[in-house]
Amino acid sequence: MSSSWPLWEVFVRGKRGLNHVHVGSLHAPDAEMALRNARDVYTRRNEGVSIWVVKADDITASSPDEKDPFFAPSGDKVYRHPTFYAIPEDVPHL
Amino acid sequence: MSFDNAYESLLGHEDAHWAFGTGFAEALVGVNREFPSTVDRADIAAYCLMLGDDALIMAQRLAEWCSRAPELEEDIALSNIALDLLGQARLLLTRAGEVLERDEDSLAFLRDEREFRNVHLVEIDCGPGPGGDFGTTIARLLVFSSWRLALFSRLRGSADPVLAAIAEKGLKELAYHRDHAAQWAVRLGDGTDESHRRMQAGLERVWPFVDELFLAHPVEAKLSGVAVPSAELRSEVEGVLEAVFSASGLTRPADVPTARVAGMAGRDGVHTEAMGFLLAEMQHLHRSLPGATW
Repeated sequence: MSSSWPLWEVFVRGKRGLNHVHVGSLHAPDAEMALRNARDVYTRRNEGVSIWVVKADDITASSPDEKDPFFAPSGDKVYRHPTFYAIPEDVPHL
Repeated sequence: MSFDNAYESLLGHEDAHWAFGTGFAEALVGVNREFPSTVDRADIAAYCLMLGDDALIMAQRLAEWCSRAPELEEDIALSNIALDLLGQARLLLTRAGEVLERDEDSLAFLRDEREFRNVHLVEIDCGPGPGGDFGTTIARLLVFSSWRLALFSRLRGSADPVLAAIAEKGLKELAYHRDHAAQWAVRLGDGTDESHRRMQAGLERVWPFVDELFLAHPVEAKLSGVAVPSAELRSEVEGVLEAVFSASGLTRPADVPTARVAGMAGRDGVHTEAMGFLLAEMQHLHRSLPGATW
């Protein structure tokens, strides 16, 4: 039954995609079955697609309550961001 | 490109709408549809009906699991496999129809039981009806996909360019079907006592219908270079099944093939009692509203 099947998070990289993107989650008894289920549910078995599955339990998420102290410090420090460079039009993937 | 929708970054800038299952090319585009001159077109049509009917009836049986599978994910997997097979059936029936001057719908919905050429294995009730359960369905899928994969891998070399292209396309699907069935056969066979018992019972249920898969049909002999001789497939398929059995602790059932009626079986239009009921349900709407389009 579903209650005994753990939750897995699914990350997919498309044929021409550069990075894996979180597309959703599903239940499966183990990683192998999670991969196969993810292929059915999220990619329609299209060739050239890379799938990662990871047990939801193994993911540590930042807490919404700590959002401000966690992320704010970088926002006002302009020297942390490479904003002073001119980026040529034809540089891909930036 | 915004990342509001997770799929947007996957789509890229081209028409790769893969995540939604659209944007696929039409099957068999650019394939030469001329019939090889070395054999009779009518024989090719008969052969396409056999392989097409196998896929069509198996798809119908798998579709019966829709919403009844043990898990949501498995429900999707079985439906996926059914859809793959329905796709194979459509291509094969369309090819047969080019000779018989009938379209795929007419062949699927307006033929009687005696005109169907599928093997018995695909038509028997393996669940979710009273004829079986999930284990039985996995047992049938394991046998069927192992056999069809071996067949299609040889059919790629067919002298009929359309059959070769259909085999090429179907091969990837069948490899997935066999993998899925083998995964479950091992899980169930090597699972609990109850799952082992059911998986073994499933094998016992379908085993009498395995022999028919390897019996030569006269039309194969007439289609030299076009068709695949069924007897050639036996050792490869049995090797695959033995590997699954040894990995799962399952036992190969005794060979007690079902009796044939005056030497005839599914390929000759002689079917089990399940077939009539299956067709009655499958064809009901088309026969009630002949000529309707949808």
